[in-house]
Amino acid sequence: MATEYHVRHFQEELEHVKARLLEMGGLAEERVRESVRSLTTRDHGLIEKVLTGDAPINQLHIEIDDRCFKLLALHQPMAVDLRFIVAALKINTDLERVGDLAVNIAEAAQRYLQHPPVKELIDIPRMADIAQRMLRDALDAYVHRDALLAQRVLDEDDELDALKTLVFRDLLAYMLHTPATIEPALDLILVSRHLERIGDHATNVAEDVIFMVSARDVRHHQGEGA
Amino acid sequence: MLIRTQPRPKTLTSAAHAAPAPDKIIVDRLNFFYGAKQALTEISLTIPANLVTAFIGPSGCGKSTFLRTLNRMNDIIAGARVDGRVAIDGQDIYGSGNDVVALRRKVGMVFQKSNPFPKSIFDNVAYGIRINGLARSRGELTARVEDSLKAAALWTEVKDRLHESALALSGGQQQRLCIARALAVRPEILLMDEPASALDPIATQRIEELIYELKREYTIVIVTHNMQQAARVSDFTAFFWLGKLVEYGATEKMFTNPTEKLTEDYVTGRFG
Repeated sequence: MATEYHVRHFQEELEHVKARLLEMGGLAEERVRESVRSLTTRDHGLIEKVLTGDAPINQLHIEIDDRCFKLLALHQPMAVDLRFIVAALKINTDLERVGDLAVNIAEAAQRYLQHPPVKELIDIPRMADIAQRMLRDALDAYVHRDALLAQRVLDEDDELDALKTLVFRDLLAYMLHTPATIEPALDLILVSRHLERIGDHATNVAEDVIFMVSARDVRHHQGEGA
Repeated sequence: MLIRTQPRPKTLTSAAHAAPAPDKIIVDRLNFFYGAKQALTEISLTIPANLVTAFIGPSGCGKSTFLRTLNRMNDIIAGARVDGRVAIDGQDIYGSGNDVVALRRKVGMVFQKSNPFPKSIFDNVAYGIRINGLARSRGELTARVEDSLKAAALWTEVKDRLHESALALSGGQQQRLCIARALAVRPEILLMDEPASALDPIATQRIEELIYELKREYTIVIVTHNMQQAARVSDFTAFFWLGKLVEYGATEKMFTNPTEKLTEDYVTGRFG
């Protein structure tokens, strides 16, 4: 008949939140990959897929917020549990924005493909790789409560920012030399800007992980030298 | 202020329970008097099966009195009087010719202060089985005692000392023993009147987890002055005030967006 039970069902609820956030992170990462691939391979079908495929992430956004809201209201979590849920709420918002930025990249790709290619794309795929890696590492850090990995994500953001500046200067030269490239080149600049923003969201996630693990707030360079 | 009678929660489904729960207890316009003093006024609500329903409200609001009307525990109070209807599985428990003993076997109760008999752990749990003649053999009795202790999450701690005095157990263990004793006669409904208010936080957490697990097999009604406990353990919450039912609904709604201002003031600690 009955067995003995000592598992706190609250912990099970936290695991549900974690699983849903991971699912959302996986979707966001995939959409970033597809949006950049649609640009580099000039794939109109893939553009369409990204443009119309935002619903699952949006649904998860609402569901995770709802779960966290109820956990806060009904379980009055404390200490690491409280930090876990507050972090989950913020990470949820960041991941949803990453999903939106993938749509923005696909929109820019759609406009870009109406013109002949400005140049061979080298730095933008590199930026995409870094942004996706940052996102993946930030989520791994969240799952494994790994503050060191989270710190590595913060360090990688500088590389992404530097590449964005490089892309801008590079394309500026094309635009000055050949004014016909201004319109498509601006779209590539926008793509690099969106990728840099994705890196910023991964950075936010990593900062939340550090707060969750060690209760240390490293945002806006607080806690440096501490 | 308008206080409405509420025959049933706004919704009988919640995220955790997609299928509507069947009604177990239906209370219709119940009034209760201690002599000339009216303690409960026109209470109407429906308690769903296999879920946890919590009654909250400030001291003296009538929540414990109401709980005790559900297994006629108030009958023993001189001058107490009830009118209205309480139906369990469709049968009016205050109807003529009703067997109160059978009712209390079906509707078990656990009190604020654990009250084990001054007997062994085994005999405490076996007591109700024996006096009701529910076991045909020693082996069956032993099996039922073991099952009840396991259901109350106490078996591991006491299995090697079943014949020691129950009074040697800790407060939290004594309370789980009382739950095991209540479960031993296989009730369908378990009424719990402040079951954890005398316990420390760890023992309280174990009781709360137990409540969460027991609802698979029992309909549970719990009175608590601890609002956070109601939030943690219950599926539906009823808020009582001055002997009236102010609001009754899904616990997550009651604690995140109650309909009545009075409920909101109470759950946010603005009064009570």
